[in-house]
Amino acid sequence: MADININTVNKYFGDVHVIKDVSLDIKSQSFTVLVGPSGCGKSTMLRMIAGLEDINSGTISIDGQVVNDLPPKQRNIAMVFQSYALYPHMTVFDNMAFGLKLEKRSKDEINERVNEAARILQIEDYLQRKPKQLSGGQRQRVAIGRAITRKPKVFLFDEPLSNLDAALRVQMRVELAKLHNELEATMIYVTHDQTEAMTLADDIVVLDTGIVSQKGSPLELYDKPNNMFVGGFIGSPKMNFISSKILSKSSDATEVDIMGMSKISIPKMSASSSEGDSVSLGIRPEHLVVNGDSDGSWESKVFVVEKLGDVTYLYLEKDGEPLVAETEGHSEIKVGDTVKVGFPAGRCQLFDSSGQAFK
Amino acid sequence: MNKVYDKIFKYSLQMIVIIFCVFPFYYSVMTSLEGSSAVFEPNFFPTEINPKNYNYLLFEHNFPQTILNSLFVATVTVSISITISYFAAWSLSRVNFKGRSMFLFVILAISMFPQIAVLTGMYQLFLNFKDFYFNIFDLRVKGVTSLLWLCFTYTMFNIPFTVWVLTTFMKGVPKEIEEAAIVDGASSFLILRKIFLPIMTPAIFTTAIMAMIAVWNEFLFALTFTATNSDRTITVGIALINGTIEYEVPWGSIMAASVIVTVPLVIITLLLQGRIMSGLTAGSIKG
Repeated sequence: MADININTVNKYFGDVHVIKDVSLDIKSQSFTVLVGPSGCGKSTMLRMIAGLEDINSGTISIDGQVVNDLPPKQRNIAMVFQSYALYPHMTVFDNMAFGLKLEKRSKDEINERVNEAARILQIEDYLQRKPKQLSGGQRQRVAIGRAITRKPKVFLFDEPLSNLDAALRVQMRVELAKLHNELEATMIYVTHDQTEAMTLADDIVVLDTGIVSQKGSPLELYDKPNNMFVGGFIGSPKMNFISSKILSKSSDATEVDIMGMSKISIPKMSASSSEGDSVSLGIRPEHLVVNGDSDGSWESKVFVVEKLGDVTYLYLEKDGEPLVAETEGHSEIKVGDTVKVGFPAGRCQLFDSSGQAFK
Repeated sequence: MNKVYDKIFKYSLQMIVIIFCVFPFYYSVMTSLEGSSAVFEPNFFPTEINPKNYNYLLFEHNFPQTILNSLFVATVTVSISITISYFAAWSLSRVNFKGRSMFLFVILAISMFPQIAVLTGMYQLFLNFKDFYFNIFDLRVKGVTSLLWLCFTYTMFNIPFTVWVLTTFMKGVPKEIEEAAIVDGASSFLILRKIFLPIMTPAIFTTAIMAMIAVWNEFLFALTFTATNSDRTITVGIALINGTIEYEVPWGSIMAASVIVTVPLVIITLLLQGRIMSGLTAGSIKG
């Protein structure tokens, strides 16, 4: 009903090329999250879809119609801003009714829609208050409510939760997921928080300096990152990268060494690689096996132990190579102990010197 | 013990500042209430309360006319400059165009021009304006020529200042509020009317009061461009109050006149000081 097609879009701010030939297809009624570090162009992408920024070249179409030259109000979109951007002089009701009044809807319809949105967001009791009388979470609800009342085809969220405290953020995250199911609208959500991305998204688009690094479902990105950037960005704590060398190649696996301590044959291939090439071996902390049997292993002293209750993170180092490993919550390992960490071959990723992943 | 000394020190400093600022005003109020001979005896408290100076000014002198003239000039000037500056401030703070910062700089530079530098040129223009005006309108409304010209020159000198101040205020309104309104479907004009105007009201009041005080106190142009007693503004009116004989300075009447023209300003400022600057966008964005 409202597919969004972005076709080789470019955007310059002065001489700075912020969006470089980006093409994206966003399916109707999907929840797409744009993630990336600050300055990667994700907010600019969203603002271009909203019509708040011009496009230098390429096309954006919503529902089959090219919207490059349409003003925001004709694009059938609603946007929720990071800073809420409520109208300070209006009551909550008027804030939510503003767009409808501009569309010249009847009084009854406005009342009905605002009350409906207020019910969904549980802000019925605050309708007559001014924004300054509300807490941060309530203000964010009003901002979302303002978007809902207009029943747009596309919702755009620009880091809507980053001003909330941690507990509230988790709660609002769940509510946003619920809202998406209820409203059946296309939602595009910008965040730098990879937890939000993983939990909310149908599709994640990872942006890196104006280029789409990878697009896919959360687990696709987690299991099969296209490159080191995506591997490092998705997952917390970060994926470990260990520099290594290719020892030999076979038809379905590549054998590399792990810091000269052991060899491991990883079932990944790259046609362009050859023996002796420097590669990076990537493995997530939660996939390392501490003091157990595995395909390859490494021994090191523990420098820091972080006990989180459900898991324990061990910070290790060997010849300048740091490594984070996850183990069970009630681990007996202390700082200064020597542990053996095992590398299960099936969980390892390989990246060539330009950062591209072996398939 | 130290705390007590601190307090004494703090309050005595405050007292000195207050006395320094308020005493002249207090003394003029007191003088204005005294009869002609009592004025010349230095004292801290009035020896008699005598409304004769006020009676003279309000009922036997054309002072009320000068107040009306000043009110007219101030109202017209302030409304025109604020209206123009409001729109100018929007474009200077929100619309991207080439030479915007240059334009702002020029405005600032213009507001530094001393009045005296343009006075002669202005006077020549005034004469031309008078000719032009007399040719169009009949004699009955001739009296307002000077006042209209004053409005024009004051507006000219006020606009750089009000534009500058309002631009600064408008830059402080978060851009997201405007963008939210754009996404909601509002046109630029509607945003200026329904979103910016209510948010900017305290700022507009502040600027209007400052502009009004400037017009209210202006003397040089008012003296140059007004010729008859019927179109004097208050500053000139006060300067031209004369005594019963040539060598008498009528201190009582002058002080009474000063009090009459100062009190409205003090009252306006006191009434509005709570609204001035405070809470421009409270609650709109985070924090």
